[in-house]
Amino acid sequence: MTTLTSDARRALTRAGFSRRSFLKGSGAVIVTFASASVMDDMSVFAQGFNGTGSPQLDSWIAIAADGSVTAYTGKCEFGQGLHTAQMQLVAEELCVPFSRVRLIQCDTSMTPDQGTTSGQQSHPTNFNRTNLALAAATARETLIRLAATQLNAPMQNLVARDGAVSVRATPSRRVSYGALIGGKKFNVQLNPKAARIHPRDWTVLGTPVQRVDMRAMATGEFEFVHNVRVPGMLHGRVVRPSSPGATVMSVDEGSVRGMPGLVKVVVKNNFIGVVAGKPWQAAQIAEKLRVTWTPGPRLSPQRDAYEQIRKEPSTDTLLVDSGDVDKMLASAATVLRATYHHPYQMHGSIGTSCAVADVQADEATVWSATQSVFPTRNTTAAILGLKPEQVRVIYTRGAGCYGINGADTVSYDAAVLSQAVGKPVRVQLSRKDEMAWENYGNLFAIDQRAGIDASGTIVAWDYEAWSAARGGRPGYNTPGNVVTGTLLGLNPAPFNPRTPAPAPTQPLNNNLNTAPSYIAGRVESSHNGAGVVRSERVLSHRVRSPFFTGPLRAPERLQNTFAHECFMDEVAAHVKADPVEYRLRHLNHPRLKGAIQAAAKAANWQARPSPRPATDTTGTASGRGMACVCYEGDNGFVAMIADVDVNQSTGQVHVTRLVVAQDCGPISNPDGMRNQIEGGALQGMSRALGEMVTWDEEKITSIDWRTYRSLPLGFAIPRIQTVLINQPDEEACGSGETAITVVAAALGNAIFDATGVRIREVPFTPERVKAAMNSRS
Amino acid sequence: MATLNLKVNGRSRAVDVDPATPLLFVLSDDLELRGPKFGCGLGQCGSCTVISNGQAIRSCITPVSAVMSAEITTLEGLGTPEKPHRIQQAFIDEQAAQCGFCLSGVMLTAKAFLDKNPRATDEQIQQALSGVLCRCFGNVRMLKAISRYAKGASA
Repeated sequence: MTTLTSDARRALTRAGFSRRSFLKGSGAVIVTFASASVMDDMSVFAQGFNGTGSPQLDSWIAIAADGSVTAYTGKCEFGQGLHTAQMQLVAEELCVPFSRVRLIQCDTSMTPDQGTTSGQQSHPTNFNRTNLALAAATARETLIRLAATQLNAPMQNLVARDGAVSVRATPSRRVSYGALIGGKKFNVQLNPKAARIHPRDWTVLGTPVQRVDMRAMATGEFEFVHNVRVPGMLHGRVVRPSSPGATVMSVDEGSVRGMPGLVKVVVKNNFIGVVAGKPWQAAQIAEKLRVTWTPGPRLSPQRDAYEQIRKEPSTDTLLVDSGDVDKMLASAATVLRATYHHPYQMHGSIGTSCAVADVQADEATVWSATQSVFPTRNTTAAILGLKPEQVRVIYTRGAGCYGINGADTVSYDAAVLSQAVGKPVRVQLSRKDEMAWENYGNLFAIDQRAGIDASGTIVAWDYEAWSAARGGRPGYNTPGNVVTGTLLGLNPAPFNPRTPAPAPTQPLNNNLNTAPSYIAGRVESSHNGAGVVRSERVLSHRVRSPFFTGPLRAPERLQNTFAHECFMDEVAAHVKADPVEYRLRHLNHPRLKGAIQAAAKAANWQARPSPRPATDTTGTASGRGMACVCYEGDNGFVAMIADVDVNQSTGQVHVTRLVVAQDCGPISNPDGMRNQIEGGALQGMSRALGEMVTWDEEKITSIDWRTYRSLPLGFAIPRIQTVLINQPDEEACGSGETAITVVAAALGNAIFDATGVRIREVPFTPERVKAAMNSRS
Repeated sequence: MATLNLKVNGRSRAVDVDPATPLLFVLSDDLELRGPKFGCGLGQCGSCTVISNGQAIRSCITPVSAVMSAEITTLEGLGTPEKPHRIQQAFIDEQAAQCGFCLSGVMLTAKAFLDKNPRATDEQIQQALSGVLCRCFGNVRMLKAISRYAKGASA
């Protein structure tokens, strides 16, 4: 029997279930679960299994007889404030009080399939003219149309307000939403022409509504996936291989026989897990279980990593090639070149990943912190030998993930173990299992070359990068993209080397910020770049990583932007130009220029070239640095100015101030946006100053918080000044990954400004900074 | 296994566990408390922090047998959503969270420190939190919230 947690049941009841009669035959796909005992009063439905939401209004919005509104979304809250912002959106667009809105997020039995919540796509996807925003606008329009009949008045004379429609001139002629539609389906399609309320008229959106989950979080009431408890639940632990690529030679079950609580040792291909009555028992059994592994291939030494990736077979992509770069570089007055290195970094969630699965013969329920409930449903079904519609994945929040942490892989772990014992199983990874096997952010080596004319203007830009990758998000059909899938014998996405890259034919899509902001981005007749440099080449080589990799907050955008923005700074310094003025001179994107100007103004930027005039090479050196980006080309615009103090005897970098100006279109919740900027800025600092995955010839060696260095709450934080640029007439774009993208570059540029030393490799550890300063001539 | 008696959030609780079990597992599994969290199991991150006889301790590396006579307080023991403790209210007022997973350890570490050092400076508070991690990096707001609480406490 499938079971719901008490919280889930309460949430559904609060949300106005039962809705079975109401929903049946609505045009949505009715998913019938075998276990009627669970779903007796909570009929479920889902729509479209392709990540694109649903064209049916009833998939998104339901209004009960009492006028309360339940909205359904496929974009989930994981700490970024999206749950609250989506409630604001529905309240605003439907003209109902915020308190009357309930939001159900990411449950494959109830919500639209919106694929994955990632890549700061939720704001553009659900807050513009599609999906949830369009649904709410369509619902309001439909209610006004229904009211026109009831009130016998033309639609244009009616106004929606406070959950009712009234005649503008005689407000006493009024009918409530509950009376118009309560408990009935709309039975209409989303109308692409439904008018949205203009941001200038917003009263709920655009205001700093407090997080609806804050009170429960602050008092320990909040149910994380770690807290899900279902009747009869057992506890599992996994036993991961000794090293990447290692395979099981033998498992000695006798080594744990008789240990308290042992239910079962489960071995499937190279997947090993244990199930016990209590979590501590499971942990001890996993520790004791004697497994002999055949080691995987020897790892090439970490110190050679950046050289090694240049030698591997690669998949090559040419994003832009004007065809004249070599000629322009040959004829340029000056050619500058530099190479930048960015290590693998990890998500390092504060809580190790956890999931609960209840797998029965012909149905399964998984409580998962996955960012991708529908894809996870399909891949879990494939692993279990079930059909997708037999699996229900219920999003239940985990610790902040910042991309694909272990949430997907642990969902598979729990499902496999539950299937093996026929009972619900909860699995929480150990710290080492989390850190040694997650999908790291990619390692990058990037060569930059710029041709500069006699007047100091950039006339050619040549980018060539090597990055290492394996696996990634499993999507709908590649569970082998994360460790558990591979251990079960499923392959990661295939790697198909391709050299040389074919000539670009599609307009530049700069969604990975592979191209610098300063190039024209010309492909055939299109110009999708943000800048003016017309001789341009952007070539990437993707090689196979020995480790799993995947999206880590600002994936690849951060690494590329580090190289672009540091290099731009190097060129500006070489021609003795002010870094802000020099950037503006090479840009033609008004929103990026606006962000740069706003940051410079807030920081009281004084124009001068870097580095600052030579001072003492002992003691503390202070400097400032700037970096900016059009995130993903067109999904958010940010400029940052960092002030640093560098201790020249220790190499310690102390960031004293970060000024961040950010434009993500109309601001839905200014406090939420500010929270994302602050967190992104400091997380970016931690990544830039100390974070790096390490390994030896056999295995990953960064496996806890001693060996993977994250800045703690105790570090001296900089003053953070945020400048929120509201753009009521622009499209909504993303805000969660924008600020972090520019931090490493801004800090690197500030260190250069302070000391004259250019650090081209992240992280800027004291040892590295000191070594670079020691080599100053 | 043995039956042990614990005093948690002012209530006596009997649990049937291996005395070597870390306190965290007893609190979150046997007693189903949601405040203390498993972050690392190594005493490195602070997510599991609870207050034992006025001291912030790492429950993930403390055997339950070591705290049998202690007064243990978890985040739930401070206040409720309807009636939050002042430090909880300060975090709500400052909207000092993102994912919220570290909050319990952050608040209890800060509270235990400030109970003993009510006139602590911001630098001293920061020092007291030097072994606590927040991977969302809500530092700005969290420190503001703690400072707000500290000022109220010493006023």
